[in-house]
Amino acid sequence: MSTREADLSPVIPIIQTNPLAWKMRQITSGFVPLNWKYGQNDKEELEYAEYNESEALCRALEHIRMVKEKGSVEERHLRTVEDIAWKSGLAPEDIDTLLDVVLSGPFAEAVKNRMLKCLIPATLIPESAVVRAFSRLCASNCSNNTKVLFCRWLIAMFDFIDGKEDMNSLYGFFFSFLQEETMSCYICNLLYLLTKRENVKPFRVRKLLELQSKVGMQPYLQALLSLYKSFCPNLITISLPPKRKFYFKTTDSIWQAAVYIVKERNHKSLLPSVKLTIGTAYSHPRKKKWNSGCIIPVPTSSHISKEEQDKEGGSSSLDVMLSGHKSFPLEQLHTFSQLLDNIQNIELPSQMCSVLKSAPLLHYLNCIQDETVWLRLYYWMSQELKEGCTWCKVSNYTSEEEFRKFLDIIISAQCFLQEGFPSSEAFLYKSLPLWDGVSCRAEYLQLLSWIPLGNFSEIKPLLCDSLTQLFFTSSIYHKCSVLYSLKQLLQNWLLWHAMEVSVKPTRSTSADTPMIALNSVSELISYVGWLSTIALRLESNSSFLLHFILDFFETVSDMYLNYNLPLVMMFPRGVFYPALLTSDTIALNHLCYIMYRYRVNLTAAKENELIRQERLKFNKTYQEFNEYVTALVDCLWTSTSFEKDHYLYIDPQILEKTKIREYKRSLNLINHPALLPYSIYFLLQGWPAEKELSLSSIQKKKWNWYLDYLLLEELHGLHLFMESSLNIADSASSAHTHPANKRPKTCISEPV
Amino acid sequence: MDSSNVPEFTPKHGVPPRLRDYFTGASPFQRQLASVRKQTPFGQTPSRRKIPQCSPLQENIDPQKIAFLLHKQWTLYTLTPMYGFSYTNLKQYSTLLKCFLAAEKQKGLAVEMGEDFNFKVTFSTLSGIKGTHRDPAAFLVQIVSKSQLSSKNTEDKVVWTGWFCSVHGDSLLENVPDDFTCLPLFLANGAESNTALIGTWFQKTFDCRFTRLTISAFSLSWMAAMWTSCNLEHYGTATELLWSVPCSPQSLDISYAINPEDAKALWDSVHQTPEEITQEEVDLFIDCLCSHFHRHFRINLSATRLVCVSTSVASAHTDGKIKILCSKYLIGVLAFLTELAIFQIE
Repeated sequence: MSTREADLSPVIPIIQTNPLAWKMRQITSGFVPLNWKYGQNDKEELEYAEYNESEALCRALEHIRMVKEKGSVEERHLRTVEDIAWKSGLAPEDIDTLLDVVLSGPFAEAVKNRMLKCLIPATLIPESAVVRAFSRLCASNCSNNTKVLFCRWLIAMFDFIDGKEDMNSLYGFFFSFLQEETMSCYICNLLYLLTKRENVKPFRVRKLLELQSKVGMQPYLQALLSLYKSFCPNLITISLPPKRKFYFKTTDSIWQAAVYIVKERNHKSLLPSVKLTIGTAYSHPRKKKWNSGCIIPVPTSSHISKEEQDKEGGSSSLDVMLSGHKSFPLEQLHTFSQLLDNIQNIELPSQMCSVLKSAPLLHYLNCIQDETVWLRLYYWMSQELKEGCTWCKVSNYTSEEEFRKFLDIIISAQCFLQEGFPSSEAFLYKSLPLWDGVSCRAEYLQLLSWIPLGNFSEIKPLLCDSLTQLFFTSSIYHKCSVLYSLKQLLQNWLLWHAMEVSVKPTRSTSADTPMIALNSVSELISYVGWLSTIALRLESNSSFLLHFILDFFETVSDMYLNYNLPLVMMFPRGVFYPALLTSDTIALNHLCYIMYRYRVNLTAAKENELIRQERLKFNKTYQEFNEYVTALVDCLWTSTSFEKDHYLYIDPQILEKTKIREYKRSLNLINHPALLPYSIYFLLQGWPAEKELSLSSIQKKKWNWYLDYLLLEELHGLHLFMESSLNIADSASSAHTHPANKRPKTCISEPV
Repeated sequence: MDSSNVPEFTPKHGVPPRLRDYFTGASPFQRQLASVRKQTPFGQTPSRRKIPQCSPLQENIDPQKIAFLLHKQWTLYTLTPMYGFSYTNLKQYSTLLKCFLAAEKQKGLAVEMGEDFNFKVTFSTLSGIKGTHRDPAAFLVQIVSKSQLSSKNTEDKVVWTGWFCSVHGDSLLENVPDDFTCLPLFLANGAESNTALIGTWFQKTFDCRFTRLTISAFSLSWMAAMWTSCNLEHYGTATELLWSVPCSPQSLDISYAINPEDAKALWDSVHQTPEEITQEEVDLFIDCLCSHFHRHFRINLSATRLVCVSTSVASAHTDGKIKILCSKYLIGVLAFLTELAIFQIE
């Protein structure tokens, strides 16, 4: 074999890269290369000045066609064809001509082989040419060497043949070549590419088995047999040895490279090559027990087709042949377009769990209405999770790493389907009380965010008891991850609800579904509010934790407008005040942004009929909102937060004892611990010459500049809140007065 | 093409009404899902059970087949409901399974369906092994190696046996549509490698999942009580309990054998409610045995773990092995095992 491979290489000329030629090629995008000049500086190429490639090719082919007797072919013409073919490929009709000539003309074998080797397509290979060539090959007495070369060429160029139907009708002829020992390996490869379900016939199976008994276990034969098995599992069965990865000798890479270069030059995108892959699932990384957890098989068609199920046993091979059953084998399903083309003929896999790794099958699952599919998946996954779970320790077959990977696959499938599997939900409830809060944390908590929207009062005892305990006793990072997952859960619920509402009108379902969703969402929010309040105390108002909490409530604040849920819920005081009195600018800014979103949502909700009806319930929300807005404005703008009747009221005598001068203003936009660096930097940048830094000098005009400066510093939340909640009548006029003296008119929503 | 073959498409609404229709669900699957949430985190085992009774259905069983099931050590597995299994196709299954085994044993060589090998696989039903008429019929799978000699006198040798059954498995049946066959208990006897191959084939073909069924010490104490309570004319073996002391490097086992009549007498003194056994009675029974042991040997058995129970009815080991000795209570033993299997599946 190696000699044959070796004799292919000398033919390849060095491919000249010529910038001019390159340019020309770009202009001429047609099949046939048009006139172009060779580079001027190359000595050899100068000979070919004014050389017309296509004409030369025509002349050469004409000459070759006219050759009547052996040995009279002129080397010059042969060279021309070779050069052009390797450089820019041959047009479909040229390939047709050349193939025809080669296999019928009176050439020496070496010449024939040289010509076969240079059949590089510029675009596609016409199927008719292949069919004609093949019939010539069958009829004439070509040497085996030529036949082999032709086969290899077919395999290498298989993807460029513009149709396979007619070729497939010659299947039997191709098949008959199997008897030639030297060729059987290539023929198997070719058949592997060509075989369709209807080609698999009992007599062919028998022939292959005969061949197997003659040549023994040959990888190429195994591959073809396993393909036959995947088409007709009731005729034949084979189990492939686990280690082998390649079943065919690598296709002639020189040809492939040549095609690639030609295509590259001609600026044609390569055809997507769809080749069958033989079960990678056969090779597990490590030998594992047969029923140990976390193994996901590749999709395989069912061994027993439905028709057979209905029949009462008996010999089935004949019926399979006769029945027009044309299901598409799952082993071949790799892309979405294949799914679309064959969607009526897709058979569900024999093991439903195999869909988890196949995107087209998940798509398919998403659009079929068959409960058994989900039930099959449910049973399998429940067992698999239970077996694999490293902290439940049913068995020790799986390592934490494997389990983590397994969870990842489930999670990505859930994300893909945009819904949680009930088995993973059940697993979560069962395993949470045993969880240490550390192993597989990232993955495990993601399961949490896919709990389907249901009655929260049902979920709460199963979930929250254990979760709360873990939450309070774990590190701050654990707390943040839990809050993050709960935010995802809320978002998922809101999305499901939004979708439900948009789909509902077309279907008649019970009217209380939205009410259940509403209650569940509000209970979830109060639960998270409660968690957050305590967590902030436990972690002494850590700003890291605060970010995650505010993130959650950002979603909450926008529920009405973003998700069309007739519900607006405020955060608890335990979250608002720590965020207001934080020394972290980002948190304060975030808080202002959330307050702004609350205002927008509440204003919009006023119009809502449903909320109007339940006025009493919502009055509380409006009151809370107003309290928070007042507190915010009192602190940052009017500096009245410590006065009597305000929420932050502190006895002046106590405040005096702190010995802070002007304690009243200590929380305004300039002195607030979160904003102090900004005000100082503002002064330093604006008036670098001033010797004394006087924060109280930020007044009047400077005050407005300062506000602009804050906006420049990307504190958009603050700005939006200011714009929406503070109605500073006229920026010019307000500039005259000290903002602390003049109480800006705040427009606060009144209870509906 | 057969229209039933093609799953229904519903392009009318973008969202398939499956999990999302949580609240309106009335189909079996949705009920199944709803029950996910109704469950307490660890499920609750019943605190009272019936005393194993002789089943009237048992009379249908071929006594030869029963004898075949007795006195063998079975390894227990649980099995999730099998999809697409049909009792009418047993013959075809045996061909398919035979070829599968042949192909697996000579990896890489293709095997034609219907080829003849030096072994065969048989599927046969075990009618009568069921608790109620609703239980699906149990069935038996055997690998029989054919003798090389052509003479008909030499008997074929059974290499491997496995059987699938469900006795009083109603609780699982309730939520499962007709396409599934619920036989949650699988018992195997023979080389583990064969169990693996056959299990793999079943998993592939019927989309089910095998898991080893281990028996907790808690369940073993129930078995000890239930089997002691059985009325037998004569006792074959002593009642023996095995406790394991966790210590390194090798664990220490304490065997505790009692005269079966004494055990029965102790049980009768503990037992009150007729036809039923309660959790309190089981606890009391085991406690009595332990305190008796303590009085004599000063060893507190309650600090150790019960790993094995053997009585004249049956013997069971915690790692999921069982041997049934008494044909009269076969159904009773299987009923409890089915219950454990279902508990593990759900």
